[in-house]
Amino acid sequence: MTDTFEPVIVGFTCNWCSYRAADAAGTARVKYAPNVRLIRLMCSGRLDPAFVLKALAGGADGVLISGCHPGDCHYIEQNYKALRRFLLLRRTLKGFGVEPERVKLVWASAAEGVRLAHEINAFVEEIRKLGPLNWPKWDNQSGRDLPADIEPQPIEEVPA
Amino acid sequence: MIENHKPKIGVYVCHCGSNIAGTVNVDDVRKWAQEKLGPEGVVIARDYKFMCSSLGQELIEKDIKELGLERVVVAACSPHLHEKTFRTAAEKAGLNPYLTELVSIREQVSWVHTDKAIATEKAKSLVSGTVQRIAYNTPLEKQKVPINANTLVVGGGIAGIQAALEIANAGFHVYLVEREPSIGGHMAQFDKTFPTLDCSACILTPRMVEAGTHPNITLMTWSEVTNVSGFVGNFDVRILKKARYVNEDVCTGCGICTEKCPKKVIDTHYEAGLGYRKVVYTPFAQAVPRFPVIDRPNCTFFQKGTCKACEKFCPTNAIDFKQEDEFINITVGNIILATGYDLFDAGRVTNYGYGRLPNVFSSIEFERLSNSAGPTGGEITLRDGKTKPETVGIIHCVGSRDKNFNNYCSSICCMQSLKFAHIVRERTGADVYEFYIDMRTPMKAYDEFYQRVLDEGTLFVRGKVAEVTNAARYPHEKGKLIIHVEDTLVGKQRRIPVDMVILSNGMEPRHDAKQTGQTFGISCSSDGWYIERHPKLDPVSTMTEGIYIAGCATGPKDIPASVAQGAAAAARVLDKILQKEVEMEPIRASVIEENCSGCRICNSMCPFNAIAFIGDLKVSRVNPALCQGCGTCVAACPAGAITGTGFSNEQIFAQIDGLLMTV
Repeated sequence: MTDTFEPVIVGFTCNWCSYRAADAAGTARVKYAPNVRLIRLMCSGRLDPAFVLKALAGGADGVLISGCHPGDCHYIEQNYKALRRFLLLRRTLKGFGVEPERVKLVWASAAEGVRLAHEINAFVEEIRKLGPLNWPKWDNQSGRDLPADIEPQPIEEVPA
Repeated sequence: MIENHKPKIGVYVCHCGSNIAGTVNVDDVRKWAQEKLGPEGVVIARDYKFMCSSLGQELIEKDIKELGLERVVVAACSPHLHEKTFRTAAEKAGLNPYLTELVSIREQVSWVHTDKAIATEKAKSLVSGTVQRIAYNTPLEKQKVPINANTLVVGGGIAGIQAALEIANAGFHVYLVEREPSIGGHMAQFDKTFPTLDCSACILTPRMVEAGTHPNITLMTWSEVTNVSGFVGNFDVRILKKARYVNEDVCTGCGICTEKCPKKVIDTHYEAGLGYRKVVYTPFAQAVPRFPVIDRPNCTFFQKGTCKACEKFCPTNAIDFKQEDEFINITVGNIILATGYDLFDAGRVTNYGYGRLPNVFSSIEFERLSNSAGPTGGEITLRDGKTKPETVGIIHCVGSRDKNFNNYCSSICCMQSLKFAHIVRERTGADVYEFYIDMRTPMKAYDEFYQRVLDEGTLFVRGKVAEVTNAARYPHEKGKLIIHVEDTLVGKQRRIPVDMVILSNGMEPRHDAKQTGQTFGISCSSDGWYIERHPKLDPVSTMTEGIYIAGCATGPKDIPASVAQGAAAAARVLDKILQKEVEMEPIRASVIEENCSGCRICNSMCPFNAIAFIGDLKVSRVNPALCQGCGTCVAACPAGAITGTGFSNEQIFAQIDGLLMTV
């Protein structure tokens, strides 16, 4: 148990379908991997790709995005916008040198608790195979990437 | 504000009896929150057996008053269950309700994980995420929008009729839309209703007439809803009124046109293919409204340009071949969907031979056969229309409780089959076999009816029928239908020869339920039935405010349950109407105009056309009355000039930081 890599995954769910799918999984006591921590958005269309980058930069090894099935969106069609952003984001991640597979999009209706649990388990396994992300630490003060082995140095304040 | 002043946060961890405490070390979470989240503003952390109890709520109220808490985080169940409870409690103590958040450590932690240490860690991480986020929550005020007092009821079956009558009797206007030429639904096709055996038409038609003549009901039959926009209180609905080719203003419903029409076609709908109807027709004698419809694809005039017999004989000149489909726009405040079910197509169970072996009947065919207004005048005969059956087999669960078709129980088929057995024995004296998997008769007076049918001498065989065949193996099977079944009580396979087989078809969601759901903005379960807001506590509401569901649209139901749901949905609508205005969740997007570059990307993003470009100022602006708060514009704005209350970038970023704090 301690030897296997336990990935940390941040999940974004919409309020209407996927968060309720998570509720349904809970109510039905469907067991799934504990590696995912969910954040509730009103709609998958609210997902700013910056959220995903922020999560990956902050220590997550993978990000799960979940919304209503195409056609079932509570806000008519915003999940299609999530899909577009997701596809673009995967391309951008590739450019960053991050495996695009670290971000996954899953449609789950409010009735699909079991399905969501299966998808979470599968995703945890996929990330486990990819290994830790090891995103370089971001230096808030200089606004630059730092190689993991260099300690951030304080920058002297320049008088105006 | 955040940097200078960290708001005072209270964290409350619920045991939920052993529901949470059994898997999460609640005490550890509380201690951790107190110590590690102190620098984040947590001034008090408590745990309690049941936070949602009045004592638990008082705990929060007291702390808000005495410690001056500015934010409250409750780690308990899903926000969809108790968010309102805790927000109301906080409001009572003087805190804006939107400064209280729930963390789901039951549905998302204790109920789905088993390892206590890992579950406790995850709970801490979720609490930390919300503590970080809540610092950025801002006080919000609910907006009030007036409610249009008109209601749309879709579906004129018994559930829809009941709902329409309840609302109309309370003095409010109802549009009742039905896609068939008459209201009445499936119940109008039945002969008897279980368990009392009262005649279906006798109890239904007075209701139909009442709905048809009620001053507060606008009946729109032969019509379908094509488009719905807007939101609770103010829906704009577009209805397609199909051409009847009969002018409703002058038609008296005398029926001469039907009498004179020279062409007959098989009535596949109302008579289930057992009888004929004219091309200009009302589906049945007691139809409401009484105006006939011309079946355009079959009409000789529309095919060949001649005939017009109906027009010639109509005493009021009501026939109008030039009539066209028209669209009618209405505005309503609430909508009830009572769209009903489709009967399972028994032909799909090929081993039962429906459609191939003539004397295998579907349940609706038997209903028509036994109906005194039906094609045989109530005579129960074989397909030839003369021979009376001497032995009848009734097969339960056709298309239900079967992995090949539908997993669910259609709930009415046991009672329906018992009713059939009673009618067959009463009218023909035939021997009746019932083939059942389990007998399900749970409602009022249902089991008594089962006992009665048992006492009448109906024979019951417990087992799922493998096959219905006409291939005789023994002399006494010749010319009969043989039901091949495993009798699980005896533990033997049996072959039972009968003259007639009645299949008890299950119920299925409407073939177009998904499409209809999309029109109204509600979703279906994996089986295809509409999903209730809560299966037990809110069975007639949906996730979409202002849209209610009743009857078989939500799952298989008998008549009493459908009527009860119709009335329940009506009560929910009346509740809304009488409030005169509806509170809207204040989750909205707004444009920070100084930052807006006027690129208009957001304008086309919005599904509700809530964002307009102000030409003079060269900025976009959100109309808060139209905005539903999905936030897609917030995510799309390249200038970061749009912010969403309740789900701002700052809130989400802080929550991500918080979630990952324990990593």
